[in-house]
This record gives sequence, C-alpha cells and structure tokens, in this order.
Amino acid sequence: MALPEQKQSATDTRLAGLALPTGGWIESNRREALGRVTSMGLPQRRDEYWKYTRPDMLLDAAAPQAALLESGESPVFDEIDSLKVVFVDGVFDAEASDDLSLDNVTIERLADIGASDIHWAKSLYGELEAAGQKPVERPFAALNTAFASDGIVIHVTGRPSKPISLVYRHESESSDAIMHHLLRVESGAELTLLETGPAAARFNHCTEVDIADGGTLHHVRAQGRDHERKAVTHMFARLGQESVFKSFTLTVNGVLTRNECVIELTGDDAIAHVAGACVGDGEFHHDDTVFITHDAVNCESRQVFKKVLRNGATGVFQGKILVKAGAQKTDGYQISQSLLLDGDSQFLAKPELEIYADDVACSHGSTSGAIDEEALFYLRSRGVPESTATDLLTLAFLAEAVDEIENKQLAEDIVTRLENWLARRR
Amino acid sequence: MTMVDQTQVKEGVDQDTVDAVREVGGAYKYGWETEIEMEYAPKGLTPDIVRLISQKNEEPQWMTDWRLAAYERWLQKEEPDWAMVDYPEIDFQDQYYYARPKSMEVKPKSLDEVDPKLLATYEKLGIPLKEQMILAGVEGAEAVPAEGRKVAVDAVFDSVSVGTTFQAELKKAGVIFCSISEAIREHPELVRKYLGSVVPVSDNFYATLNSAVFSDGSFVYVPPGVRCPMELSTYFRINAENTGQFERTLIIADKGSYVSYLEGCTAPARDIAQLHAAVVEIIVEEDAEVKYSTVQNWFPGDENGKGGIYNFVTKRADCRGDRSKVMWTQVETGSAVTWKYPSCILRGDDSQGEFYSIAIANNHQQADTGTKMVHLGKNTKSRIVSKGISAGVAQNTYRGLVSMHPKARDSRNYTQCDSLLIGDKCGAHTVPYIEVKNNSSRVEHEATTSKVDDDQLFYCRSRGMDEEEAVALVVNGFCKDVLQALPMEFAMEAQQLVAISLEGSVG
Repeated sequence: MALPEQKQSATDTRLAGLALPTGGWIESNRREALGRVTSMGLPQRRDEYWKYTRPDMLLDAAAPQAALLESGESPVFDEIDSLKVVFVDGVFDAEASDDLSLDNVTIERLADIGASDIHWAKSLYGELEAAGQKPVERPFAALNTAFASDGIVIHVTGRPSKPISLVYRHESESSDAIMHHLLRVESGAELTLLETGPAAARFNHCTEVDIADGGTLHHVRAQGRDHERKAVTHMFARLGQESVFKSFTLTVNGVLTRNECVIELTGDDAIAHVAGACVGDGEFHHDDTVFITHDAVNCESRQVFKKVLRNGATGVFQGKILVKAGAQKTDGYQISQSLLLDGDSQFLAKPELEIYADDVACSHGSTSGAIDEEALFYLRSRGVPESTATDLLTLAFLAEAVDEIENKQLAEDIVTRLENWLARRR
Repeated sequence: MTMVDQTQVKEGVDQDTVDAVREVGGAYKYGWETEIEMEYAPKGLTPDIVRLISQKNEEPQWMTDWRLAAYERWLQKEEPDWAMVDYPEIDFQDQYYYARPKSMEVKPKSLDEVDPKLLATYEKLGIPLKEQMILAGVEGAEAVPAEGRKVAVDAVFDSVSVGTTFQAELKKAGVIFCSISEAIREHPELVRKYLGSVVPVSDNFYATLNSAVFSDGSFVYVPPGVRCPMELSTYFRINAENTGQFERTLIIADKGSYVSYLEGCTAPARDIAQLHAAVVEIIVEEDAEVKYSTVQNWFPGDENGKGGIYNFVTKRADCRGDRSKVMWTQVETGSAVTWKYPSCILRGDDSQGEFYSIAIANNHQQADTGTKMVHLGKNTKSRIVSKGISAGVAQNTYRGLVSMHPKARDSRNYTQCDSLLIGDKCGAHTVPYIEVKNNSSRVEHEATTSKVDDDQLFYCRSRGMDEEEAVALVVNGFCKDVLQALPMEFAMEAQQLVAISLEGSVG
C-alpha cells in the first residue's frame, strides 16, 4: 500500500542522506530492515504513537547542530571497575577503549561480525526489532537496523568479573550517529551493562537483547547533559524462562529524548523491571515509551518512571502492559509520576493496559502535581532552608525509580548526578 | 451449557428453583417486537431524505439548512477506527433513516389519543405513560415505599416521540420538557441558540451523521433558579427493522437551576445489527447542576454475536458558568458495539464534573467507553470512577482523557478505573490519556485489573449461594461505588441488570 504523500516525502528525505553498509551476511538483514522502513514510512506528527512527541527533528536529512558540552564533571560510573568500550560520535575508538577481552564473555565490533559466514548474531540482528514492529510500528528502529554504522556485539556465557561500560563521547557539533548493539545472555549467565555519556548531535540507538532461560542482565544507563542533543533509542529484549532483565535510565536534559523499551516475556517465571528518572529544564522534551508483552505464565513486570520538570520542560510517558491469552498469573505493575516545579512545565501520559487473561493482577497509576506544600512546610519549620527542602523532596520523589537499581554503588553515582543537577539550577 | 443446568447437576436443586432462576436470569427480556403498521422513508441517505425528515417534523427552513450543511460535512468525514471494536463495515445506504408508526401521522393532542398499541408497548416495558406516581423502569415496584416519586417521561418510538407526561405540571414550574421536534417548532430561539453549541456539527463522524438525520429526541429547559419538581426521563425504543435511530437530546440548565434526567433504551432481538447514533448536549450555566443517568440496555446480540445494536454516541456537557456541576452516571449492559464517551468541558471557575460508569460486556459484546474531562477554568474538579466487567469472549475498553489546561489553576482530578475479568477468553483494556499543563493542579489515576476473588466466591458459596448468585453479589460489590451514584429507581434496575448481563458467564 502506498504511503500518504507527506509520510512518503519525509521518509525519502531522511533516507536520501543515508548509505546502506554493504558486504557479508549482515547485508541481507539490513536490506530486510530497509524494506520495513520503506513500507512503514517514518513517523509524522499526526501518528497516534507520536501524539505527544514531535518526530520532526529526527526526520531532517542531516543532523541539526548541537553544541558540545563543557563540563567539569567526570563521566558517571568512572569510579566503577569495568571494561570500558568508548565510542566517539558513534564510532568505536580502540585507543580510548580497554582491551576487549574479559572472562566469560566475548565482545566484538558490529563492523567485524559481518565478515565471517557463521556467527551466532546472524539470526538475532534485526530479529527482535522486526518482532517489535507489531502491534505498534517503530520505524526509527528499523532504520537503525538498516543503517547502523557501528555498535558492539556481546555474548555472555557465564558471569564476567566486572561490568561492561559503554562510554559515548560527543566531539562534533553535527554528528549523526546510528548505533546498534546486540547482546546474548546464555542460560545461567549474568552481566551488568553500563551506558553513559552524550553520544552525538543526533543519536539513533538500538539494542537487541536476547536472554536465555535463567540468564540475567542488569542495565544502567545515564544519558548525558548535552542539552541540544536529539536522541531516539530502542531497547528490544526477549526473556526466556526464569530470566531477569532490569533496566534503569537516568536522563538529564536534552531537547529531545525518546527512549523506547520493548520487552517480550516468552518464558515462564521471567522478571522484567524497567525504570527511569529524568530531570529537565526549559526546552527539554523527554519521552519514555514502554511496551511489555506477557506471553508466558507467572511472569512479573514493573515499570517505574519519575520525571522532574521545570521551566517549560515536557515529560511524556506511554507505557503499555499487554497480557496475551494464556499468560495467567501475570503480575504487572506500572507507575508514572511527574513533579512539576513550576507552572510552565507539562506532563503528558498514556498508561495502557490490554489484557486477555483472567487470572492476573495488573495495575497502573499515574500522578502529576507540584511539591507537597505540607511536606515543604514541615521541613521549613524544622529549620531547613526552602531550596534545600525542595531538593530533599525532589530526591525523595525520584528515589522510587533509583531504588530499582540493585547495585548500591551504581545507585549512589546516579543520586550524585541528580544532586549536581539540583545544585546547578539554583 | 447454561449455568442453570449446571446448578441443577451440582446442587440437586428442585425444579421450581431452577425455573425461578431461569425466570429472573432469563436472557434479554426486552427482545420482543410490537406489531404495528409503520411508515418508512425510502432506504439510504441523500439530501432528499434529510429534507424529508425535516419536512415530517414540520421544521423551519433554518433547521433544514442546518441539517443539509451537516450532511455535506458528513460526506467529507471518515469513520473513526481507533476504538478497540471490530465489526463488519456498515452500509449507510442500506438503512432506513426514518420510521414512524402510521398512527402517529396526525400528532395526538394528548396521551389519551395515542395508539393503544404504543401505550401497551411502554406498559410492557415497565414505563406506563400515565400521569401517576410511577417508578420508571423498575420492576417489582412494590418493594419500594408506596409514596413513590413523580417521573415525567418522554417516550421515543423509532423516529418519533410518542408522548410526554406531566408537561402541564412542569410548565407551572417554568420547565420545558418536550420532544426536540416540538421544541424546534415552539421554542426556536432556545434551540437555535444552543443546538450544536456543545457538540459542533462536524465534531465527529457519527455526530455529524446525527446532525443531518436526527428525527427526534428530548428537549429540556430549566429556567434560572428553578429546581425541577420531578425527575425527567426519556425512554428510547427501537422497534422497526433495518432502521437506525438517531436521537438528539438538548438539556439547558439555566443559572442556579437543578435537574435530574434519566435515560433508558431497549430494542427487539434481531439477527441483523442495527445502528444507533445519538447526540446529547448539556449546557450548565452558573450555579446550575445536572445529573444525567443512563441505563443502556439495547439488544446486545445473541450468545453467538448475531445481531445487536451498534451504539455510537456523543454525549457532552458544557459547564459554562462558575460553580456549575454535571454528573454522568451510566450502566452499559446492552449493545453489540458501544462507542461512547460522555464528557465534561469544565469552563466555568469552580465547576465540577463527575463520571460514574459500569460497563458490562458478555458473550460477543464489545464496549469502548469512557469520558473526557477538559479542565479550562480555575479550581475545577473532576472525578472518574469506571468499572468494566468482561465475560464470555467480550472485549471491554476504558478510554478516557483528563486534560488540565495552563489556565486551569488549582484544579483536581481523581480517576479510578477497575476491570474485572470473568473467564479466560475475554479482554479488558485501559487507555487513559493524561495531559497536565500546569503545576498547581493535581491529577491522580489508578487502574487495576483482576478476576473475581476466589476467597469471596468461596465465602458466598459456603453461605449457601449458588455460583452464579455469588458472582453477581461479588460483581455488585465491585460496582458499588457507581451503583450508589444512581437515582434509586435506576440503582435497583441496574443491580438486576448486572446479574442478568452476566447470565451464563460462569462455569
């Protein structure tokens, strides 16, 4: 079916500036993804799934300029003992990175895996992304699969001794990065994956995660403070029996960030937790879009999202729990809350449930409001200055999301970042 | 296997009890047909049909033009497809848009002149068109105190209003209660001022269709400072085959007035689905209050999903004045497909909107219903309580919007929507939209989905209830918050309906 004219022309414009990398088995996966992009077309303002976030800035042929961040702050998680993999404007930097060898895990560059004929990633690259196009289309993810120029491919076979830390650096004001990571966590294996830093002026980021029965992945991400950046990210995860996936994202500023997380619980007794804390100022527009599908018995999913907004910032949450027929004993929980620090900011939410099984307990909650005057009054009556009291209450508000991080040291790093943000805005 | 049979097997209940249960829990009770000679406009929708409807209602030219303009807009519009309902394409040219009993050709001057067959129809429905202490829609009225309450009824049969009771008494109080066609003739200044002012002609596909072809409906005007002396009620009955019903209701509550309005509806059981597209507009001025209660019991189709009413309704209240208040209460048990979102525009400062809903979908029914609360004025409040129950292979969706505009300072919304699933073949869905554009307002939304609690069922069963009764009791408990918001007459009917609608859903 032909696309509507406007959509067609927007798609053509965006694709005109891109070249599909050729060679190796991966090329056919890329071409299939390109087929998906051209048949779906890229999102337009009137698309229901983009009701609250304008995709315009992501559609330009070239990346809009974004000033570099001058900050004295050291990167988050710098103190954590980890294997560092560095990308500069979306391109792997071997010199800045650690040696890619680590126990119980194989790490390769996406650019290298296409060469060999046999590779475990062959069936995974683009597979979860393609599956995640239904029932809702995610054209930017398909675009990513087709055109990703770099990324990392991680095969976890046991329990590596330290986390893998992906560090993104932004050094060119007009960089346009498309990055695609692949992860496979084998049965009983466990990995902690960290991501941090501003990546590029415009960043399209896609990660496919396949967790086998009994595997575990902890994912903690800190999206940078580079205010003019535009980013759209997708995380596709497929969970086997008794597997665990826990993901947390901190977002500080950015004119446009859309984080999509698409999880499919395919094995019984699996657990998926997704959490996010974001703090934004001014032009800030932040969108968390989550889609969790329960397709097995006795699984648990949790979504915890907290947004602190001021100075005209906008926070968006679209979260959905889909419980398929037969996915009995599902425990689904979702909360999205915003704290509006002034009258100009706004919070737009669409928390959805779609349920086809009867023996389930699913709930969602969503609230929005200002700082609790009574709590503020109480603190002030105990001699706490107003600004400190506001900070304390703001941190308390965010705590429920930060608490989702199991590793206490990582959680502390995140809290430090939040405190810095609060201090800066005074 | 029906539940009644199962009970017999399990409990060895005697035949009398089984029959009694069958009697009470019998399927759709209002599926019979009135055999009466009808007069139809030709099938299909054309400007000529629009003119014909206008002419039948003896309307002035401005009304005809208004309809024709709506018809032109309708041709440009597309049928919405975003709701979670799935039904075969509707052929809008294969419908009758106007059907009235032959005996209504000459308007009866009073209720005494109305065709006895029509009066008998309403009698059978439990809505006697007599000016006496009646309890609209209640069966087993002997159970309530003898003094009763007065309820004025406007009875709409297919495309026409058959009669309106207590008009004289209402007139003494200054209240105008009549059919909309009468209002267009008798009170054109009011109709012209308010019609289409809440739901604009081109609001949506079905509302636009309704604007072109609405044939009758009710009109209410309550003058300033008047508390309407009795409850007003409209009863809609679809009888004719292949005929769409398009009614239009306009309620105006002037400054400081109060009115409680009830709406009921039924239709015969037929194999072929029928279309119903209504528009209800409510204008609430300063300090006025309107309560609007609906028990929607259109034919839901049979247990295999054959037939039933496609119910596409636009209902909206505009709280224009400061401190105005509107309350929607709905019990949705009928219709094969429901597409309905009674909304509140909270324009006046300190205005209030409330929405209480029970939506039950059993067998093959599909319901997509909810509300919109649009907060524009300062210090406005809204409350949403929605209870959705799914059984059989039905799909039930709550879809709603709460919007706090930047100027709606210090406003408040509380939303609770709970879903209950009975059986593992049905679906329950929640699609709320929440838009908060100022920080002095508080919005809270909660939703849960669960099944009928086994412990509660066990408790009821251990007290000697059969399973069906136990489920009905638990479900009534689940719906309690909403049932309490209904006027007493409706609450009783609603409780019975909840039980009947779930008939055959257990086991």
